[in-house]
Amino acid sequence: MKTPHILLVVAGLVGASGWVQAQSMDPLQVRSMAASCANCHGTHGIAEAGNESLAGVNKDELLKKMLDFKTGKKPATIMHQLSKGYSDEQLAALASYFSALKK
Amino acid sequence: MMQRRQFVQSVGAAGALGAMGLVTGCASTPGGKGPKVVVVGGGYGGATTAKYVRMWSDYGIDVTLVEPSAAFISCPLSNLVLGGSKTMADITTPYDNLVKRHGVRWVQDMAVRIDPDKRIVVLAKGGELPYDRLILSPGVDFMWDMLPGMATAGAKDKVLHGWKAGAQTAALRQQLEAMPDGGVFAMSIPLAPYRCPPGPYERACQVASYFSKAKPKSKVLILDANDDVTSKGPLFKKAWKDRYDGIIEYRPKHKVVDVDAATNTLKFEFNDDLKAAVLNVIPDMRAGDIAVKTGLATANKRWCEVDFLTFESIAVKNIHVLGDSIQIAPAMPKSGHMANQHGKTCAAAVVALLTGKQPNAMPIYNNACYSFVSAEDVVHVTSVHRYDADKKTMLPVAGAGGVSSAANELEGRYAMAWARNIWADTLA
Repeated sequence: MKTPHILLVVAGLVGASGWVQAQSMDPLQVRSMAASCANCHGTHGIAEAGNESLAGVNKDELLKKMLDFKTGKKPATIMHQLSKGYSDEQLAALASYFSALKK
Repeated sequence: MMQRRQFVQSVGAAGALGAMGLVTGCASTPGGKGPKVVVVGGGYGGATTAKYVRMWSDYGIDVTLVEPSAAFISCPLSNLVLGGSKTMADITTPYDNLVKRHGVRWVQDMAVRIDPDKRIVVLAKGGELPYDRLILSPGVDFMWDMLPGMATAGAKDKVLHGWKAGAQTAALRQQLEAMPDGGVFAMSIPLAPYRCPPGPYERACQVASYFSKAKPKSKVLILDANDDVTSKGPLFKKAWKDRYDGIIEYRPKHKVVDVDAATNTLKFEFNDDLKAAVLNVIPDMRAGDIAVKTGLATANKRWCEVDFLTFESIAVKNIHVLGDSIQIAPAMPKSGHMANQHGKTCAAAVVALLTGKQPNAMPIYNNACYSFVSAEDVVHVTSVHRYDADKKTMLPVAGAGGVSSAANELEGRYAMAWARNIWADTLA
């Protein structure tokens, strides 16, 4: 258990540059947030029959739809309730994430 | 001794570790190539975790899933088997895709003991599995000690719970089919928290739906230890009145303290004994046996407290617990949907920890739960849960979530779509 620790420290220092790109929303955080939509909209945004796929959908369309759910402008069975749990910034990050996935 | 977890985290703070192979040097697993994750339990929580650890490590982390069942059988929708509109085959999904598509190693066996110091899982058939990180998603087990009569020979085969989808679901359906018209089906509900809060009330609807068609003189008696319906109360009460008037009777504050299986009699804390044609006793529940035996059930020796950023046990390092076994956060239900969300949160954290990165500091996920009040019509409850860094727990987001305005057929179709999607997300 003891020797490999030294190797780990060195590896940690070498790898430092890749991790510093601090943005307002960490990509891995967005990935996890998006994965919580997969229960209904499929892994990687590709849904099984009966629900809409989100992968590859136009970013602006998707964001508008989620914001319209949130404000109540667009009626829904559950999305008007769930969209209220996310900030506009989080919804924008989700729209951006799903739009970049392959259909 | 320096804790390995702290060490890896401090490396993560200094910078990304990047190369997975270097972490292996730290693992005490002889002969292994990549870090080893063992997942115990192939339900909504465990199967999801197994798949997502593989996916999110770019298939670099070895994942072994320990699950004795031949296939996944869904608790959600299992009440429809009791109602007769679905079959066991409809709620069963094989584990093949986890193995073929995701390279999960499936060991069809039972975990009987864990040695947290040696970091090994001992299997019922005698083998041992070493791990760097262990994920326990064993679901619930029942507190039979609270119902002494159930220890009598044959009692558990006669008085069924039907609260783990599988053989008991099919057997309970058979009891309902064999019951003469005019009989009473009496179902007891334990004090919350228990797996699937709205489940018993949905079950009452499903059995009543079957009775209304096949045995119209029969009754459904709900004996609830709680003060009132614990989930979707107004919606269920409306369904019982509008659809099953004269069939369903609801009695709150009826806590079962014993069962006489020979005479089909329920005994209560404060009420008179009650005899029925078919008993369905849903016992009090706690974390799965393996979690309790390993000393992880830190809350009232019943549920496992975890760090909600990683689902790591607060009691034992390198062991993560998720799904129905955990001490839930405020307003967080014990549901399959939630276990799937736990699984993905835990998978991301475990991959991060094994590759020297920081786990996500702000998890946010949702719950959606559909209940069938007939074969077609459905009511739902939703919620969104976000990590609170000050309180170090998940809290419901104020203003989000809610329930259906009324039972409806459209949501029945969405409920089936939900099932297809979550089964695929968990297992395919």
